[in-house]
Amino acid sequence: MYDAIVIGGGHNGLACAAYLAKAGRKVLVLERRHVLGGAAVTEELYPGFKYSTCSYVVSLLRPQIIRELNLAKHGLTILPLECSFTPHLEGPGLVRWPESAKTRDEIARYSKRDADVYPEFGRAMLNLARWVKPIIDMPAPDPTSFMPQHLSAMAKLAQRFRSLSPEALSQMTKMMTLSAVDFLDEWFESPILKAPMAVSGIIGTFLGVRSPGTAYVLLHHYMGEIDGAFRAWGLSKGGTGEISLAIARAAEQLGADIRVNAPVAKILMKNGSAQGVVLENGDELKAKIVISGCDPALTFNGFVGRDHLDSEFLSHLDRYRLRGSSGKVNLALDALPEFTCRPGRGLHMKGDIAIAPSIDYLERAYDDAKYGEFSKRPYMNVVIPSLTDPSVAPPGKHVMSIFVQYAPYHLKGGADQWPQQRDAFGDTVIKTLAEYCPDLESKILHRHVLTPWDLEKEYGLTEGNIFHGELSLEQLFFFRPAPGWARYRTPIDRLWMCGSGAHPGGGVMAAPGRLAALRILKEGAV
Amino acid sequence: MPKPTPFHARIQPLCESYDWSIWAGQYAVRAFDVCHEREYNAFRQATGVIDVSPLFKYDIRGPDAAQYLSWITVRDLSTLKVGRSTYLCWTDEQGKVIDDGTCSRIAEGHYRLTAAAPMHHWFTDNARGYTVTIEDVSERYAALAIQGPTSRDVLRSISRDIDVDGMRFFGVQEGMLAGIPAVVTRTGYTGDLGYELWVEQHHALTVWDALFESGDRFGIHPAGLNALDVCRIEAGFLMMGVDYTGAFDALIESQKSTPDELGLGWMVKLERSPFIGQSALRDERKSGPSVSTVGLEIDWVALEELYGRHGLPAALPATAWRDSVPLYKSSRQVGRATSGSWSPILKKNLALARVDSRHSKLGTCLDIEVTVEWARATVPARVVKTPFYDPPQKKAVDSNV
Repeated sequence: MYDAIVIGGGHNGLACAAYLAKAGRKVLVLERRHVLGGAAVTEELYPGFKYSTCSYVVSLLRPQIIRELNLAKHGLTILPLECSFTPHLEGPGLVRWPESAKTRDEIARYSKRDADVYPEFGRAMLNLARWVKPIIDMPAPDPTSFMPQHLSAMAKLAQRFRSLSPEALSQMTKMMTLSAVDFLDEWFESPILKAPMAVSGIIGTFLGVRSPGTAYVLLHHYMGEIDGAFRAWGLSKGGTGEISLAIARAAEQLGADIRVNAPVAKILMKNGSAQGVVLENGDELKAKIVISGCDPALTFNGFVGRDHLDSEFLSHLDRYRLRGSSGKVNLALDALPEFTCRPGRGLHMKGDIAIAPSIDYLERAYDDAKYGEFSKRPYMNVVIPSLTDPSVAPPGKHVMSIFVQYAPYHLKGGADQWPQQRDAFGDTVIKTLAEYCPDLESKILHRHVLTPWDLEKEYGLTEGNIFHGELSLEQLFFFRPAPGWARYRTPIDRLWMCGSGAHPGGGVMAAPGRLAALRILKEGAV
Repeated sequence: MPKPTPFHARIQPLCESYDWSIWAGQYAVRAFDVCHEREYNAFRQATGVIDVSPLFKYDIRGPDAAQYLSWITVRDLSTLKVGRSTYLCWTDEQGKVIDDGTCSRIAEGHYRLTAAAPMHHWFTDNARGYTVTIEDVSERYAALAIQGPTSRDVLRSISRDIDVDGMRFFGVQEGMLAGIPAVVTRTGYTGDLGYELWVEQHHALTVWDALFESGDRFGIHPAGLNALDVCRIEAGFLMMGVDYTGAFDALIESQKSTPDELGLGWMVKLERSPFIGQSALRDERKSGPSVSTVGLEIDWVALEELYGRHGLPAALPATAWRDSVPLYKSSRQVGRATSGSWSPILKKNLALARVDSRHSKLGTCLDIEVTVEWARATVPARVVKTPFYDPPQKKAVDSNV
């Protein structure tokens, strides 16, 4: 009998298992698919081309996990994303480089004032990020609890808050409440600069750049810089799946058992308590605790069953916002395409390429989604990892990853319209991108389109939400996934959560997995 | 005035940073861009190309070449076969290391020795009685190091008659590169798969152009000394003038080092034909070296805490550092770290160090001096094995590794 069974072999489930195994617990990870990684996965869907099928950049992978699990030894290599390139149909576009002087020249083309303000903004954000960052490395305290541990954690937070200058406090409040555009409007004048900056506020959410609350996620971008040498942002060598595989190798070496092709049908319940799991093939596996790395909706509606839950929790669960808003197109390319506004294969191709020419463009893309259609001109984030990591494509050939927003899960005619719409969606993406690089179409060897419906069916992301629930303030910290249940415990005895639907949320951080394991061990659950 | 290397015409326009260094009187690029990160990643993920023409090169020919080289260096070269190369060092009569380099046996009776410092005088002085000719070919040959996991593919793409796949670690072959006669050695200073190409200087640009044309598909990228420095520390390679002082440059006795002190004892076989420094090294071997060269891993958590006390995130220098830093054991100084770097691939903060041999055992915990906000403090550093980074493809013959 196992101490713990983890449902889902994504990066969080694997991290949770690794930490439990490190503490000497007997752990089993069950993955439904034939390959580990969940949404942090590498798949060779076309011979010789390795796609980071879903998640395509490393975002805030916690340095302590890299260190504590010795992930570099287990094959993790994070490569830099060079820059941020925003191509335009007219003019040279904008590239934000790691070198501040180069960036200054780029921005000055559009606004001399913004060119000056840009580094100032960076410093201000860095200061705020330093304040917020510890939150993603600690379990969320319960603000309503009078337990000494929660009180002292809250007191520490309050103290940190007090140490912020009035100016910083005001920035912080704006950051928590304003829309990304309103927030950026306070700093910058050029819409050409603001558009690609604003998009970090909407990735993965069903909100527009002008929707209140979207400013907060801008901060995440600056948090990575504090992790400095560990490089919290970048590309994983061999694709994003290598992160999961490095964690899996660490977990296995520490004694964890990992099984693929082992879909869980439901959690075995007895007297309101989780006893183990039942696999789809009927096998029953018992464990002292069950830990779900899946999202809250799949965990409770799918594996537990609503009849085991009280109505208050169910109402929170039903109001928990998943509503996926993005899709993904992966391409195998015969050669590198060229952007009309910046010809040649310069360094500008080695970063992330944002199709975000203006604020209005982004807001219009959202307008389509509001009424149940995918964007006719979507926001896209394009990365060509093979330029930095030749191991993901044959020599001279390339892999292109295109993140696309908006692609609302709930289409006008219902989510099940997606299979009929998939090709049209893929065509829209290629057509839009081809406006900026006309030779793209002629270089495509293979195209792989993922709609939110596919993300749900193939990767188990309910409603195709890439973060297991939107990263908006009312669903973060104390409230993730539900008020009172932010500390990895669930209303079901012996059932725990360790995925992105738990604090501190989505992205390839692996923080929920680690924090859940530490919590489970601290509480002596196994 | 420094001189241009034979590749200068190609390198100069690429060096956007204007960040030049002078290496043995010749222009060498520190970093092509303001940051060396791309170049480092080319070495570690694809192929980095670095101009190593400023190395001193000597061709030794003649029937006594093997005996002569076995006399002036610590290695017994009578067993080095044609088509093989080896890493070695040479010492003075007191067994103190003068310099280190590689020696390749290109053909029967034809060896090529590389050195970091000019050695013609010393090599010639010690050739008395041997039937050899010593030719300083430093300026005659241009040299390029192509290093990284795709370097085999790059090399294969510009050579017809060289058996690239059959070439072993430290192998040497003569052949044509892009139609130019060349010597290729599977050697380098990055600790990864890699080759060094030696061609007559007037052919340098032809080879450069061919490399970059066909290497493009394999992610070829020019690289400078800053990126190389990080790689060589990861590989645990010592640098003369940084990690040790060559015997000719030392001002006082304590600045000199023996091979055993530098961790190069493995290349010194004492029971063989006589060589310069042999008896001194024999004496040292009896008692063991009093100083040892070790690898250190600097504790990250402690470093982060130290910076945290000042309200700062942990900061690291942007390039490898090479000014010595004191090392302590129980508050007593027991050595110094001579160079170090953050390793992006290992995610570790590394250093090479010279320590009192009593504190050189693997796993020993020392304290390294760190200065934060102009205040001195120490953080723990553990003695670990070198090379820190040792990828399987470094020595592998199979191109699938």
